[in-house]
Amino acid sequence: MASKYSKDLLLTMYRKMYLMRRFEERAGQQYGLGKIAGFCHLYIGQEAVAAGVEEAIRPDDYMLSGYRDHAQPLARGSDPGMVMAELFGRTGGYSKGKGGSMHIFDIENHFYGGYGIVGAQIGLAAGMAFASRYRNEDRITVCYFGDAAANQGIFHETLNMAVKWKLPVLYICENNRYGMGTAIARVAAVPEIHKRGQAFNMRHEAVDGMDVLKMYEAVKDAAAYIRAGNGPVLMEANTYRFRGHSMADPATYRTKQEVEDERKNDPIPRLKDYAIAQKLAKEEEFDAIEAQVKEQVDAAVKFADESPEPSLDELWKDTIVEEGEEDVRPRERVLGAKVTNWPKYPSGQELKVTWDLEPREQAEKADKAAGLKR
Amino acid sequence: MAELMYREALNQALAEEMERDANVFLIGEEVGRYQGAFKVSQGLLDRFGSARIIDAPISELGFTGLGVGAAMVGLRPVVEMMTWNFAILAMDQIVNNAAKLRHMSGGQLRCPIVFRGPGGAGGRLSSQHSQALESTYAHFPGLKVVAPATPADAKGLLKSAIRDENPVIMIEGERLYALKGEVPEGEHIVPIGKADVKREGKDVSIITWSRMYYFCEEAAKQLEAEGISVEILDLRTLRPLDEEAILATVRKTNRAVVVEEGWPLAGVGAQVVDIIQSKGFDDLDAPVVRVTGLDVNMSYAANLENAIQPDAPKIVAAVKKVLYREGA
Ligand SMILES: Cc1ncc(C[n+]2csc(CCOP(=O)(O)OP(=O)(O)O)c2C)c(N)n1
Repeated sequence: MASKYSKDLLLTMYRKMYLMRRFEERAGQQYGLGKIAGFCHLYIGQEAVAAGVEEAIRPDDYMLSGYRDHAQPLARGSDPGMVMAELFGRTGGYSKGKGGSMHIFDIENHFYGGYGIVGAQIGLAAGMAFASRYRNEDRITVCYFGDAAANQGIFHETLNMAVKWKLPVLYICENNRYGMGTAIARVAAVPEIHKRGQAFNMRHEAVDGMDVLKMYEAVKDAAAYIRAGNGPVLMEANTYRFRGHSMADPATYRTKQEVEDERKNDPIPRLKDYAIAQKLAKEEEFDAIEAQVKEQVDAAVKFADESPEPSLDELWKDTIVEEGEEDVRPRERVLGAKVTNWPKYPSGQELKVTWDLEPREQAEKADKAAGLKR
Repeated sequence: MAELMYREALNQALAEEMERDANVFLIGEEVGRYQGAFKVSQGLLDRFGSARIIDAPISELGFTGLGVGAAMVGLRPVVEMMTWNFAILAMDQIVNNAAKLRHMSGGQLRCPIVFRGPGGAGGRLSSQHSQALESTYAHFPGLKVVAPATPADAKGLLKSAIRDENPVIMIEGERLYALKGEVPEGEHIVPIGKADVKREGKDVSIITWSRMYYFCEEAAKQLEAEGISVEILDLRTLRPLDEEAILATVRKTNRAVVVEEGWPLAGVGAQVVDIIQSKGFDDLDAPVVRVTGLDVNMSYAANLENAIQPDAPKIVAAVKKVLYREGA
């Protein structure tokens, strides 16, 4: 049977996964060289999740993540040089070196940040989804978080509101089975995170997060459901990080055998093998992609290395928006490139809010029936 | 000019700003059907509908995060805290996200959001419901903090806060909601960052804000009767502090008393004293004296509750102390 996937889709996903992998390997290496500091949480092993998600949603859908956030923006189309420069703490980075590894923001590509407080982005995502509905846009918000984040209060508080108000948000729990050194089963009453959706009457499902095609299918389906106005979805992507929690973690809390077994599931060769078996692409085509990506990553490191440190007067910028301060975005400021498609802050413009959280006639009817006066 | 209650002035500001800009919405516990725990949102649900006047579940952290997320993509949320005591549960979203988004994104993001609600001691509610938390929020770069004393300032500052491109903390006086005062109709704006000389005087400056202003007035009247002329500077904005106005009043009277409801350690008043001694030392004829709440938790017992808070007699005593008068 012929594959139902196009060659283009498979190669795009392969390119993205390979870019994430090579980028992260180089980031790890640069950390070793002392060029990158902080914690530096690598995504290696989890690439199928981000690649599958990205191809299944629209580029203008909003996205946010936790601190393990270098790779997801790359899948969105962020500039690897600017991400690397941010890891280096240099002017050329997306946040001019002020955010660093845990706070990649690429607003032009609708990547609304990595967050250093476990679970904090879950609430923000609901607000962004709320704004889409408020403005009658059909974009959805995709929010990544880890298995450990699902034990935070904000997870429960937010899911409750998201369902009640049918917010167009896709919550993707990247369950790599560990929060730092703690196996999720040791601290979670319900370690299958997706099942917690049940408590909120929320559509929920688990997906093999080591299989990019399964991710792609599941997210496509969930995104259509959400875009149609049905409310949020909780998706658990079962995945694995091959490296430690961060560069500072030798990961001695898990056995060599476990990691070796998981490495057999590596999503990158898996996709390549599938495409070749389906005769959709040849070995040489993959070789070419790999060579291009390596060059791209080399260029990214070079860009970061050559980018200057921020000047000290930057200390006093970007904390408070001063009166009349123009909305100038960093890529324009830093790289001198003309940016045309930044999302506009729509304040002041004509906006009709037609959405009702609690339809009025319904509420009035209910009140009347109960003998209440509004 | 119309005489309005403090809560009505806030209500007017909200309604006018929601009328003006459809991106403005109000979210909080009991703001809609219940018409507001302190009736600040009275009538707004009927006027603007449930998409813009949103009854939130009791989830301070959750709905605050939702507000911040909405602000990140250009809406202008007003998040009502039933009281600032409960907003302690929402601190992470206010402090770690709202205040830092612009910095961490290198200027890519703005977070135009207002967090507002009553602060200060309630009437006999004990420790968890009676806290003046201004200094907590004033501590963080990335936030603005305002605390109006009068209905007119409440309206003008709320309008400014809603239009501001930054996260603004507005601490209202829980005991001030029913207080009446003249409030200009329509476009009445009080700029953030500008203190106000509420009473002109020449012998001593009292620097204060919010409800404490009224105790200062009471003290000033008593002192006036004894021939002491008091100037009262109402800071109105606690971050950024109006250093100019603080130094100007000290330059005029050469003596200062700083009055705040909250605890003394790391209080906003401590910063005011620092500004005076580091930049206005040559203008001083006496050390600055602070009057603060006592460094204890609030009690339920009526006499203890009273003893903990600043009041007119304590302020009078402090003024006499900076004037080296008897009885201090
Ligand atoms: C509120 C909070 N508590 C603790 C930490 C420290 N910390 C950082 S990452 C982490 C583990 C989180 O694991 P998980 O959410 O599963 O994500 P993963 O690292 O597996 O991607 C912890 C405890 C933090 N950053 N924030």
